[in-house]
Amino acid sequence: MGISSKAILIVAALALAGCQNPDRFGAGGDPGMGAGAGMGTGIVPGSANDPASPAYFSQTIGDRVLFAVDQSTLSPEAQVTLSGQAQWLMSNPTYMARIEGHADEQGTREYNLALGARRANSVMEYLVAQGVAQSRLTFVSYGKERPIEICSTEACYSQNRRAVTVVAAGGLG
Amino acid sequence: MKTLVSCLLALTLALLALPAQAQGPLRIEITEGVIEPLPFAAPTFVAGSAETQAYAQEITQVVRSDLTGTGLFRQISQDAFISQITSFASPVQFADWRAINAQALITGEVSLDGSGRVIVKFRVYDVFAGTELGQGMQFVGTPDGLRRMGHKVADQVYSRITGEGGYFDSRVVFVSEQGPKDARQKRLAIMDYDGANLQYLTDSSSIVLAPRFSPSGDRVIYTSYATGEPRVHVLDVGSVQSRILPTQQGLMSFAPRFAPSGQSLLYSATTGSNTDIFAMEIATGQTRQLTSAPSIETAPSFSPDGSRIVFESDRSGSQQLYIMPASGGEATRISFGEGRYGTPVWSPRGDLIAFTKQNAGRFHIGVMRTDGSEERLLTASFLDESPTWAPNGRVIMFSRETQGATGASSLYSVDISGRNLKRVQTPAGGSDPSWGPLQ
Repeated sequence: MGISSKAILIVAALALAGCQNPDRFGAGGDPGMGAGAGMGTGIVPGSANDPASPAYFSQTIGDRVLFAVDQSTLSPEAQVTLSGQAQWLMSNPTYMARIEGHADEQGTREYNLALGARRANSVMEYLVAQGVAQSRLTFVSYGKERPIEICSTEACYSQNRRAVTVVAAGGLG
Repeated sequence: MKTLVSCLLALTLALLALPAQAQGPLRIEITEGVIEPLPFAAPTFVAGSAETQAYAQEITQVVRSDLTGTGLFRQISQDAFISQITSFASPVQFADWRAINAQALITGEVSLDGSGRVIVKFRVYDVFAGTELGQGMQFVGTPDGLRRMGHKVADQVYSRITGEGGYFDSRVVFVSEQGPKDARQKRLAIMDYDGANLQYLTDSSSIVLAPRFSPSGDRVIYTSYATGEPRVHVLDVGSVQSRILPTQQGLMSFAPRFAPSGQSLLYSATTGSNTDIFAMEIATGQTRQLTSAPSIETAPSFSPDGSRIVFESDRSGSQQLYIMPASGGEATRISFGEGRYGTPVWSPRGDLIAFTKQNAGRFHIGVMRTDGSEERLLTASFLDESPTWAPNGRVIMFSRETQGATGASSLYSVDISGRNLKRVQTPAGGSDPSWGPLQ
């Protein structure tokens, strides 16, 4: 796939995501269009404005989805993010993805490990249903072992109940 | 080193040729809960020679600390003593000990034998009956095993007065924790039950969770992320060598616990969104699936006779406790109170199950009978979890995490009447304790 066709595919993917979620991709500077238009004119490969970069995946598409307390079902908002992830993964077939499931600290350690696995698996099943080859995906649960926010209120808990899709070129071992 | 100490710690009964006495009135019934601790006097053990003075002091201090640490005993200050014990062999002046209301008197002597081994002899007296409680005993050990010798003396005293098995000469394996919540470093560590002699078993390069002692204390099974995913590992305590157990690769495996035989273990494994309980023969690696519901089944624990397994499941819609036969099969729910129940652990006595309960935003450590009746909550805090039983089934250790951005996890113990809640001293934070057997 040549550079230009790849760029078109990404723009198409983002346009699709944009239709579903105008808040994320609409007003306030359209990174998808900007990146597509700017290809070859000042884009630093691998940086967040390179649509084929993991940085773009995590920052612009969004590498994580959040869950309600003790739940692993995907919210409509999460589904939009995951559709974007699926499109990116299909456009960048050399990348593998590992989905990391997490829980907040309210819960026993073993149960939270199992709950994090449920969340990661929900994401994996969604990506596969969108067309990503299962062989490119793995998942793991960290339970409550890796919070990103450390307060003990819902403001932090809601950020910790997450599944994060980590992409890496050529497999994750 | 520990092995050497174990070999040398020979226990010699009735060496002192004193007449056996019937059990006197000196008695603590633990099950009824003790309001007023029993006052005891433990004069510093007599040193057989100048070199053993420091040994005698250390051993006596361990005995005092073990006994008072239970909350069942109160030490009488040496300043109050009327009599001094200057010779282990001399008759005891009971009137002098009655006068200061010492109900129990513990005397001892520490000496060296020809090959440099330490000998500790001791006697326990029922002061008000004016008789000896049980018989004089002695333990022999090496100078690096002084604390263990003190624990063994204290176990004997505790056992004679309460009628229960002791628990002081035991060790705890746990996860040592350091650093803030979002960058916490975890390492396996092993220590005496009172926090002394701490030794690290792993470095902090991988997350480690929930270590569990084997029934004899020679091995530890635990969950490690060393391969990138949680997998069950086994570690030999003597050599500190570990290996991964052949749970299915690519699957998460966690929540291991030994069978009473020490030959097999239970654990949880996750396929897709489903977590089930499996058993594995350690020698052959052969596994057997014990549950097959689409829900989360985890935290299995054997009954001490190995015939049944208590575990947690959310098959009803929330975490609850169930019991099934050791071979799997139909499970019976035993938890019916408000809230969620997890991490069940069968008491070594077989009579109770300890658990973590989550209700109305609080966490509790509790116990219930094995049919779910007589539920009793022993603690309440922002986050208590992971109970483990003392070898005598009378004390529970658990982890408590404090709230907020600076929250940290520490080990605590509490007795099964809910009394004597106290922190176990560790150099860093601690979680997921597993209390080993009496050594």
